Amino acid sequence: MASQTSRSVAAAAGDDIDVARGRGRGTDRKPGASPGRVRRALATHWYAWTMVTPVVLVLGVIVGWPLVRGIYLSLTDANERNVARTIGPNTIDATYQFVGFDNYTAALSDPVFLDRLVWTVIWTVACVSVTFALGLGLATILNRDFRGRAVYRMALILPWAVPGFVSVFAWRFLFNRDNGILNKVLEGGGISAVPWLDDPTWAKLAVITVNVWLGIPFMMVALLGGLQSIPGELYEAAEMDGASPWQRFRHITLPGLRTVSMTVILLSTIWTFNMFPVIFLLTRGGPGDSTEILVTQAFRQAFVTSPRDFAGSATWGVLILALLMIFALVYRRSLRKQGEVW
Amino acid sequence: MRRGIAATALVAALALAATACGGDKNDNGGDNAGGEISGTVTWWDTSNDTEKATFQKIAEAFTAQHPKVTVKYVNVPYGDAQNKVKNAFSSGAEAPDVIRADVGWVADFASLGYLDKVPADAAKKVDAEFLPQAAASGKYESQLYAVPQVIDSLGLFYNKKMLADAGVKPPTNLEELKTAAAAIKAKTGKTGLYLRGDDSYWSLPFIYGEGGDLVDAKTKTVTIDNAAGIKAFKDARDLITSGAAVTNATDGYDNMQTAFKSGEVAMMVNGPWAVKDTYSGAQFTDKTNLGISAVPAGSVKAGAPQGGHDLAVYAGSKNRTAAHAFVEYMTSQEVQVQATKELSLLPTRTAAYETPEVKGNEMVAFFKPAVDKAVERAWIPENGSLFEPLKLQFTKAVTGTSSPEDAAKATGVEFRKILKGWK
Repeated sequence: MASQTSRSVAAAAGDDIDVARGRGRGTDRKPGASPGRVRRALATHWYAWTMVTPVVLVLGVIVGWPLVRGIYLSLTDANERNVARTIGPNTIDATYQFVGFDNYTAALSDPVFLDRLVWTVIWTVACVSVTFALGLGLATILNRDFRGRAVYRMALILPWAVPGFVSVFAWRFLFNRDNGILNKVLEGGGISAVPWLDDPTWAKLAVITVNVWLGIPFMMVALLGGLQSIPGELYEAAEMDGASPWQRFRHITLPGLRTVSMTVILLSTIWTFNMFPVIFLLTRGGPGDSTEILVTQAFRQAFVTSPRDFAGSATWGVLILALLMIFALVYRRSLRKQGEVW
Repeated sequence: MRRGIAATALVAALALAATACGGDKNDNGGDNAGGEISGTVTWWDTSNDTEKATFQKIAEAFTAQHPKVTVKYVNVPYGDAQNKVKNAFSSGAEAPDVIRADVGWVADFASLGYLDKVPADAAKKVDAEFLPQAAASGKYESQLYAVPQVIDSLGLFYNKKMLADAGVKPPTNLEELKTAAAAIKAKTGKTGLYLRGDDSYWSLPFIYGEGGDLVDAKTKTVTIDNAAGIKAFKDARDLITSGAAVTNATDGYDNMQTAFKSGEVAMMVNGPWAVKDTYSGAQFTDKTNLGISAVPAGSVKAGAPQGGHDLAVYAGSKNRTAAHAFVEYMTSQEVQVQATKELSLLPTRTAAYETPEVKGNEMVAFFKPAVDKAVERAWIPENGSLFEPLKLQFTKAVTGTSSPEDAAKATGVEFRKILKGWK
């Protein structure tokens, strides 16, 4: 619709605009040469461009500028001590310098980066796959008609309605080794207490559990929507042909869900990769540093040590962004190979 | 009518100009001609849940002396405070005028230009009237940036009844501690000590106990990874493996208080700030059941760190005169004595120890000698940063994820990254 409108308006405005632009700006262009692609696009879609300008500006200010600044900082040795600041009567000038790719070599040759990357990947894969599997299971169950379906749906969406930090703190109380409910229940049943957040392996399981719990509602709702868009006739036809439930699931449900599931998996992967609150609030990266993922480590560099290492943290931020972009590109390419136009 | 408006505008303009001039001269807008201070002082207090009501009451009483000053009391949990303060100071938005800073933060904040110097005459008074080791904590490059509010150190809190039931005396060193813990386990089935494995401050008695330290600021040497440091990490791990102590890698402080108050453990290491909360526990409805002694000695000595809190004024504060007056009030003798009476906290003024309220306080009677002997830390800007890597490695060593040697060495490596150019 929008493009049609813009086209018709542009057509109505006609050549006047083109001429005006040609005279005003295209002075370096040879007379008689046809307008360039950009210019032609601008001329035809000027209406659309006007409409998106505010959005582009706002995004530029709140996303673009910090991003550019972050990339610039990652090429310097800026920290809290050497950046310019004015605090009351104290004015301190900037003394940081451009250091090129030193921060990147330092980060990539630091064994800590590799350690965090490995765990971040494990964490992401584990969380996304478990969330997807459970979400799909629950969605399939809820897709049938049964008594009290609305109540179940509400109950399963509940974790989504509770603010994230509230849920995480609640889980933290549950997991407390000495006074938590989980261990009290276990001890009541004669099983010795589990060091949920005190042992590296258990702590990893604990953070994954909480993240899965938090992620299921989104996955379930999205997949339920997908399931409901699969025409019932396909199942009827398959049943007539004598397909077993598993075969129906394999050959109708999964392909039918593909567009939805590919999108939610991509989103979920990006979110989980950068899931700061769960790790930070549940374990603070601990015990020791065993559950620290890339973003929490970047936070630690930027905000915990003193002077705050702005350059180092920006470097990690840019590396995280690069990793996610590479992932998204590879993912998209593999989807295209499978014939998905996404 | 019109003339009226013009006159008002003129007066307003003059008033603005006058305040602006005042601002130029001594850089604060809150000081008017009569010398009476006015404005709002926002104070970020980091005292704990049992202390905050008292401090709020004391802070707000400042308006009795200065009716034109409004005190805005904000309690910021200690754990998040360092970060929050830095965020507020560096951006200037919503920044407090006065903060209660841990003694370890002052040099850091001052070196970054966040703090306003204590005015010269007040600084002289601090030098003359305060405990010298407390005054030292407020200094950076021999300038006073913060006035000490309370001083503290760590001691061994013990449950008198549980120790008596087990037939043991409060242990004075790690060997006695292990023996006592074994007796307690045998007689009462409970654990001897709660050892905080999730906080580096609590690792210091082990390090000092072996004659070690984090760094030697005089010779610019990192000392955490020398023999004494390694031994300290081993001592702590040994208490856990021998069953003498229990620990957690998260939520240590709350778990420690819960375990000690309910009698799950017989001893813990803690400071004067915990006294009031400890009295609220089921085991201590009879206050006399709480005993305190020096932290157990290592193979060299019994050493606890000197801690405490200082009050500092934000350099960007709009009401610096009022803020400094507030700091002076909060560190006055009367206020310190009141804090001792209600919270058993230790004053920083020498003369306060002569008052009957302070003299008669049992906790002060114990902690004062401890504070006098407490190990003064290196008041360097990097002080706060050293605790992060130390915490990480101490937790690893205590919980057994890393060997004590590796943990101590790794701490040294991190320290040298922070302290560039140190040995």
